[in-house]
Amino acid sequence: MLIRSRINGTECEVDVSPLTSLLTMLRDELGLIGSKNACEQGECGSCSVWLDGDVVCSCLVPAVQADGCDVRTVEDLAEDGRLHPVQEAFLDAGAVQCGFCTPGLIVAAADLLAREPHPSDEAIREALAGNLCRCTGYQKIVDAVHLAEETPA
Amino acid sequence: MDALLPRTLEEALEARAAHPEAAVVAGGTDLMVAVNFGRSRPAALLDLSRVESSQTWQRDDGRVFVGAGMTFARIARELREFRPLVEASRSVGSPQIRNRATIGGNLATGSPAGDSIPVLAAYDADVLLASRARERRLPWHEFFLGPKQTALAPDELIVGVEWRVVDAPGSFAKVGTRNAMVIAIAGMCLQLDPAGRTVRLALGSVAPTVVRAPEAESFAAGAIAWDEPERGLPAAVATEFGRLAISAARPIDDVRASAAYRNHVVDVLARRTLTWAIDDWRDGRC
Repeated sequence: MLIRSRINGTECEVDVSPLTSLLTMLRDELGLIGSKNACEQGECGSCSVWLDGDVVCSCLVPAVQADGCDVRTVEDLAEDGRLHPVQEAFLDAGAVQCGFCTPGLIVAAADLLAREPHPSDEAIREALAGNLCRCTGYQKIVDAVHLAEETPA
Repeated sequence: MDALLPRTLEEALEARAAHPEAAVVAGGTDLMVAVNFGRSRPAALLDLSRVESSQTWQRDDGRVFVGAGMTFARIARELREFRPLVEASRSVGSPQIRNRATIGGNLATGSPAGDSIPVLAAYDADVLLASRARERRLPWHEFFLGPKQTALAPDELIVGVEWRVVDAPGSFAKVGTRNAMVIAIAGMCLQLDPAGRTVRLALGSVAPTVVRAPEAESFAAGAIAWDEPERGLPAAVATEFGRLAISAARPIDDVRASAAYRNHVVDVLARRTLTWAIDDWRDGRC
C-alpha cells in the first residue's frame, strides 16, 4: 500500500504493507535510524516520534495510520548542524551513557518542554515514564531536562 | 492485504459487515504488540482512526457519552470533572500509549486488568454497540463475558460508553510494580452516591472479569451516616468493608502476583478508597 506522509517537513511516499510499523517504515524504508527499535511492544519508548504533534511509540503505529499525517522524528531537532537545546543539555548533564534510549528520551523531553517550559521533577518523571534507560538511573536525565529549560531554544 | 479506511461510522459498519475477518484497529497499542510478536497475522485491517465522530464526548441531561475513539490522553485532559476516570486514564501505560490508546480499545480487548473498566463498572456504564442492522445498549456487566471475551458480535463495533453522572467523591486506585507501564496486580474504583445512599465498588484484575463487590456495597450503604457526613468513617466500618470486598474477588496466582497478595491489595485499597471518599464528602470536596 502506498503511504504518503509528511516526514520532518518533506512529503514522502513509501510502499509498505498497511501493518508495517511506522518505526520499520522510518528505519528500513526511509533510512531514518535515529528512532530505535528495542522492545516492539510500547514498553521502552526508544522509538518515540511525533505523529500529528503527539508523541507516540512508532513501533505500535501501523503505517496505514500515518498515511496523510505529519511525522516528526529526532532527526528533525537539530538545525543547521546546531543541536537542539535538549540534545545539548543531555550531553552537558551526562544524561547519555550507552545512548540507545537517548533519541526517545530527547523526543519525550522536548515534547514536555514545548508544552510545559518549567516542569517540576514530578512532571518530568511522569512525562518520561514511558522511556526506559538501563544505564543512567534517570537522575541525570531529569537534571538534563532542567538544564534544557534554562537554555533558549 | 486489504486496509479498510472508513471516515464515518456508517462506512465503518459497512466495512465491518463486509469484512468480518478484518482486524479492527483504533489506537493500535494492543493489536500491534500481537502483530510485532507474530501472534496475530490479520488478513485485513479495519482502521477506525479516521472516524472522527467517535472521537468526541458529550454531557447532557445528567448523562455523559464518551465515544469509543477517545484516547486516554484526551479523557485525562478533557473529562476533568470525572476524577476516577481521569485517575484511571492517567495510569494507562505511558504518555506515548495514552496518546494512542482508546477507551473503546480497552473495552474491546476486555482484559480484567483494563484500567478504565473498574471505573465504568462503578459508574454503572452502558456499552453502546452498533452494526449495520441494529444498535444495542448493554450494561457493562453484560458486555464482559470472561477474560478477553466480550459480547461484541463479528458485525458490530463499539460506539462508546454512557453513564449517569454522580456528582460526588470517588477515586481509582491501582497496585503494580511501578506507576507507569504496568498491568495492574489489582485495580479498584469506588464511587460514593450520597443522593442515592449507595457506595459502588468495582475490582479489577482479581477475577475473570471486572466485578462489583455487592456485599461490601450494601454493608457500607447501611453503615454510613448519610445524614451526618461530619461523623466521618469509623475504623470498624472501614475494616469490615475491606473484609467484605475480598469476598467478591476470585484472584489467581500468576506472573504478576499471588492470589493471596491480590486479596490483601483488595482489602487495603477498599478501606483506603472508602476513607478518601468519606473524607472528601465530609469536607465538601468532590
